[in-house]
Amino acid sequence: MAIEVSIPTILRTYTDGAKSVEATGATLGAVINDLESQFPGIADRLVDAGSLRRFVNIYINDEDVRFLGGIDAEVADGDNVTVLPAVAGGA
Amino acid sequence: MLTIAQTIVDAIVAHARLDHPDEACGVVAGPARSDRPERFIPMVNAARSPTFYEFDSTDLLKLYREMDSLDEEPVVIYHSHTATQAYPSRTDISYASEPNAHYVLVSTADEVDVEFRSFRIVDGEVTEEPVEIVTGEVE
Repeated sequence: MAIEVSIPTILRTYTDGAKSVEATGATLGAVINDLESQFPGIADRLVDAGSLRRFVNIYINDEDVRFLGGIDAEVADGDNVTVLPAVAGGA
Repeated sequence: MLTIAQTIVDAIVAHARLDHPDEACGVVAGPARSDRPERFIPMVNAARSPTFYEFDSTDLLKLYREMDSLDEEPVVIYHSHTATQAYPSRTDISYASEPNAHYVLVSTADEVDVEFRSFRIVDGEVTEEPVEIVTGEVE
Protein backbone atom coordinates (compact mmCIF):
# COMPACT_ATOMS: atom_id res chain seq x y z
CA MET A 1 0.00 0.00 0.00
CA ALA A 2 1.66 3.21 -1.12
CA ILE A 3 1.01 6.65 0.26
CA GLU A 4 2.73 9.71 -1.15
CA VAL A 5 4.22 11.96 1.50
CA SER A 6 5.26 15.56 0.70
CA ILE A 7 8.30 16.59 2.71
CA PRO A 8 8.90 20.27 3.60
CA THR A 9 12.25 21.92 2.79
CA ILE A 10 13.49 21.78 6.38
CA LEU A 11 13.05 17.98 6.61
CA ARG A 12 14.57 17.16 3.22
CA THR A 13 17.93 16.71 4.91
CA TYR A 14 16.48 13.37 6.05
CA THR A 15 15.22 12.36 2.60
CA ASP A 16 18.35 13.13 0.55
CA GLY A 17 16.63 16.23 -0.76
CA ALA A 18 13.50 14.41 -1.98
CA LYS A 19 10.35 16.57 -1.98
CA SER A 20 8.10 13.57 -2.06
CA VAL A 21 8.57 10.02 -0.79
CA GLU A 22 6.45 6.89 -0.54
CA ALA A 23 5.41 5.16 2.65
CA THR A 24 2.97 2.52 3.79
CA GLY A 25 0.62 2.14 6.73
CA ALA A 26 -3.04 2.06 7.66
CA THR A 27 -2.82 4.98 10.07
CA LEU A 28 -0.79 8.17 10.14
CA GLY A 29 1.21 6.74 13.06
CA ALA A 30 2.09 3.66 10.99
CA VAL A 31 3.09 5.87 8.04
CA ILE A 32 5.38 7.87 10.34
CA ASN A 33 6.93 4.63 11.65
CA ASP A 34 7.57 3.54 8.09
CA LEU A 35 9.13 6.93 7.30
CA GLU A 36 11.36 6.53 10.36
CA SER A 37 12.57 3.12 9.11
CA GLN A 38 13.46 4.68 5.75
CA PHE A 39 14.76 8.01 7.04
CA PRO A 40 16.01 7.62 10.61
CA GLY A 41 15.44 10.67 12.79
CA ILE A 42 12.48 12.08 10.90
CA ALA A 43 9.82 10.78 13.32
CA ASP A 44 11.21 12.85 16.17
CA ARG A 45 10.57 15.98 14.11
CA LEU A 46 6.90 15.04 13.75
CA VAL A 47 6.01 13.32 16.99
CA ASP A 48 6.72 14.11 20.63
CA ALA A 49 5.82 11.64 23.39
CA GLY A 50 3.36 9.78 21.16
CA SER A 51 1.48 12.84 19.90
CA LEU A 52 1.91 14.97 16.83
CA ARG A 53 3.99 18.05 17.49
CA ARG A 54 1.87 21.15 17.99
CA PHE A 55 3.76 23.26 15.45
CA VAL A 56 3.87 20.74 12.63
CA ASN A 57 0.83 20.56 10.38
CA ILE A 58 0.05 17.27 8.69
CA TYR A 59 -2.68 16.89 6.11
CA ILE A 60 -4.25 13.79 4.59
CA ASN A 61 -5.29 14.84 1.13
CA ASP A 62 -6.44 18.39 1.95
CA GLU A 63 -7.64 17.85 5.49
CA ASP A 64 -5.72 18.82 8.63
CA VAL A 65 -5.25 15.55 10.56
CA ARG A 66 -6.22 17.30 13.79
CA PHE A 67 -9.78 16.94 12.52
CA LEU A 68 -9.27 13.32 11.47
CA GLY A 69 -8.02 11.78 14.71
CA GLY A 70 -4.43 13.01 14.77
CA ILE A 71 -1.82 10.27 14.85
CA ASP A 72 -4.59 7.62 14.67
CA ALA A 73 -6.10 9.08 11.48
CA GLU A 74 -6.72 6.40 8.88
CA VAL A 75 -4.92 6.49 5.56
CA ALA A 76 -5.58 4.47 2.45
CA ASP A 77 -3.66 3.49 -0.63
CA GLY A 78 -3.34 6.46 -2.96
CA ASP A 79 -3.77 9.11 -0.25
CA ASN A 80 -1.46 12.10 -0.15
CA VAL A 81 0.08 13.10 3.14
CA THR A 82 1.54 16.62 3.31
CA VAL A 83 3.81 17.82 6.11
CA LEU A 84 4.16 21.57 6.64
CA PRO A 85 5.79 23.19 9.64
CA ALA A 86 3.59 25.88 11.15
CA VAL A 87 4.52 29.43 10.28
CA ALA A 88 4.28 30.88 13.74
CA GLY A 89 6.03 32.95 16.36
CA GLY A 90 5.43 35.88 18.58
CA ALA A 91 6.78 38.67 20.68
CA MET B 1 21.08 41.19 2.19
CA LEU B 2 17.40 41.60 1.44
CA THR B 3 16.56 43.61 -1.66
CA ILE B 4 12.90 44.55 -1.69
CA ALA B 5 10.67 47.01 -3.54
CA GLN B 6 9.40 50.11 -1.74
CA THR B 7 5.82 49.20 -2.73
CA ILE B 8 6.10 45.85 -0.92
CA VAL B 9 7.69 47.43 2.16
CA ASP B 10 4.80 49.91 2.21
CA ALA B 11 2.26 47.07 1.90
CA ILE B 12 3.85 45.15 4.81
CA VAL B 13 3.91 48.25 7.02
CA ALA B 14 0.29 49.07 6.10
CA HIS B 15 -0.77 45.51 7.01
CA ALA B 16 1.08 45.73 10.35
CA ARG B 17 -0.61 49.06 11.13
CA LEU B 18 -4.03 47.74 10.15
CA ASP B 19 -3.84 44.71 12.45
CA HIS B 20 -2.23 46.60 15.35
CA PRO B 21 -2.45 45.86 18.31
CA ASP B 22 -2.59 42.24 17.09
CA GLU B 23 0.40 40.82 15.25
CA ALA B 24 0.14 40.82 11.46
CA CYS B 25 1.82 38.15 9.33
CA GLY B 26 2.34 37.12 5.75
CA VAL B 27 4.67 36.10 2.98
CA VAL B 28 6.30 37.66 -0.04
CA ALA B 29 6.72 34.88 -2.58
CA GLY B 30 9.15 34.90 -5.46
CA PRO B 31 10.45 32.58 -8.16
CA ALA B 32 12.25 29.56 -6.61
CA ARG B 33 15.96 30.20 -5.97
CA SER B 34 15.69 33.78 -7.31
CA ASP B 35 15.83 35.50 -3.90
CA ARG B 36 13.43 38.08 -5.37
CA PRO B 37 10.41 38.91 -3.18
CA GLU B 38 7.71 39.77 -5.71
CA ARG B 39 4.24 38.61 -4.70
CA PHE B 40 2.85 40.13 -1.50
CA ILE B 41 0.51 37.70 0.30
CA PRO B 42 -0.96 38.96 3.59
CA MET B 43 -2.11 36.07 5.79
CA VAL B 44 -4.68 35.88 8.57
CA ASN B 45 -3.17 35.59 12.04
CA ALA B 46 -5.20 32.61 13.29
CA ALA B 47 -4.04 33.40 16.85
CA ARG B 48 -5.44 37.00 16.65
CA SER B 49 -3.10 37.95 19.42
CA PRO B 50 -0.86 40.88 20.33
CA THR B 51 1.88 38.44 21.36
CA PHE B 52 1.57 35.50 18.96
CA TYR B 53 0.99 34.74 15.31
CA GLU B 54 0.27 31.59 13.39
CA PHE B 55 -0.89 31.08 9.81
CA ASP B 56 -4.23 29.28 9.72
CA SER B 57 -3.49 25.64 8.83
CA THR B 58 -5.91 25.50 5.88
CA ASP B 59 -4.57 28.79 4.49
CA LEU B 60 -1.03 27.47 4.97
CA LEU B 61 -1.71 24.39 2.85
CA LYS B 62 -3.38 26.50 0.15
CA LEU B 63 -0.45 28.93 0.14
CA TYR B 64 2.19 26.20 -0.23
CA ARG B 65 0.20 24.39 -2.95
CA GLU B 66 -0.12 27.66 -4.85
CA MET B 67 3.57 28.52 -4.51
CA ASP B 68 4.47 24.99 -5.59
CA SER B 69 2.33 25.19 -8.71
CA LEU B 70 3.89 28.57 -9.63
CA ASP B 71 7.43 27.32 -8.84
CA GLU B 72 7.71 29.94 -6.11
CA GLU B 73 9.06 29.89 -2.59
CA PRO B 74 8.52 32.10 0.46
CA VAL B 75 11.35 34.59 -0.08
CA VAL B 76 10.18 36.75 2.82
CA ILE B 77 8.17 35.67 5.86
CA TYR B 78 7.07 38.74 7.78
CA HIS B 79 5.28 39.46 11.02
CA SER B 80 4.87 42.38 13.34
CA HIS B 81 5.69 42.97 16.97
CA THR B 82 3.26 45.47 18.38
CA ALA B 83 4.78 46.34 21.75
CA THR B 84 8.40 45.26 21.40
CA GLN B 85 11.27 45.88 19.03
CA ALA B 86 11.61 44.33 15.58
CA TYR B 87 13.94 41.54 16.67
CA PRO B 88 13.17 37.79 16.62
CA SER B 89 11.84 36.53 19.95
CA ARG B 90 12.71 33.11 21.40
CA THR B 91 9.37 31.87 20.07
CA ASP B 92 10.16 33.22 16.60
CA ILE B 93 13.51 31.43 16.64
CA SER B 94 12.15 28.11 17.88
CA TYR B 95 9.45 27.91 15.20
CA ALA B 96 11.46 29.30 12.27
CA SER B 97 11.40 26.54 9.68
CA GLU B 98 12.42 28.13 6.38
CA PRO B 99 16.23 28.34 6.39
CA ASN B 100 16.22 30.05 2.98
CA ALA B 101 13.73 32.77 3.89
CA HIS B 102 14.35 36.34 4.97
CA TYR B 103 12.47 36.80 8.23
CA VAL B 104 11.20 40.36 8.22
CA LEU B 105 10.15 41.89 11.53
CA VAL B 106 8.17 45.09 11.71
CA SER B 107 7.55 46.91 14.97
CA THR B 108 4.49 49.10 15.34
CA ALA B 109 5.36 49.89 18.98
CA ASP B 110 6.09 53.43 17.79
CA GLU B 111 3.09 54.39 15.66
CA VAL B 112 4.92 56.95 13.59
CA ASP B 113 8.38 55.48 13.21
CA VAL B 114 7.76 51.85 12.19
CA GLU B 115 10.86 49.66 12.46
CA PHE B 116 11.55 47.32 9.48
CA ARG B 117 14.39 44.78 9.86
CA SER B 118 15.39 41.50 8.23
CA PHE B 119 17.02 38.37 9.63
CA ARG B 120 18.13 34.91 8.68
CA ILE B 121 17.15 32.25 11.19
CA VAL B 122 19.00 28.97 10.64
CA ASP B 123 19.30 26.18 13.24
CA GLY B 124 18.39 28.60 16.01
CA GLU B 125 21.01 31.16 14.93
CA VAL B 126 19.80 34.69 14.19
CA THR B 127 21.76 36.91 11.80
CA GLU B 128 20.55 40.39 10.99
CA GLU B 129 21.09 41.48 7.39
CA PRO B 130 21.00 44.83 5.62
CA VAL B 131 17.81 45.79 3.79
CA GLU B 132 18.05 47.55 0.45
CA ILE B 133 14.78 49.20 -0.52
CA VAL B 134 14.47 49.93 -4.21
CA THR B 135 11.89 51.75 -6.25
CA GLY B 136 10.39 49.89 -9.16
CA GLU B 137 11.07 46.24 -9.96
CA VAL B 138 13.64 44.25 -8.02
CA GLU B 139 16.44 43.22 -10.40
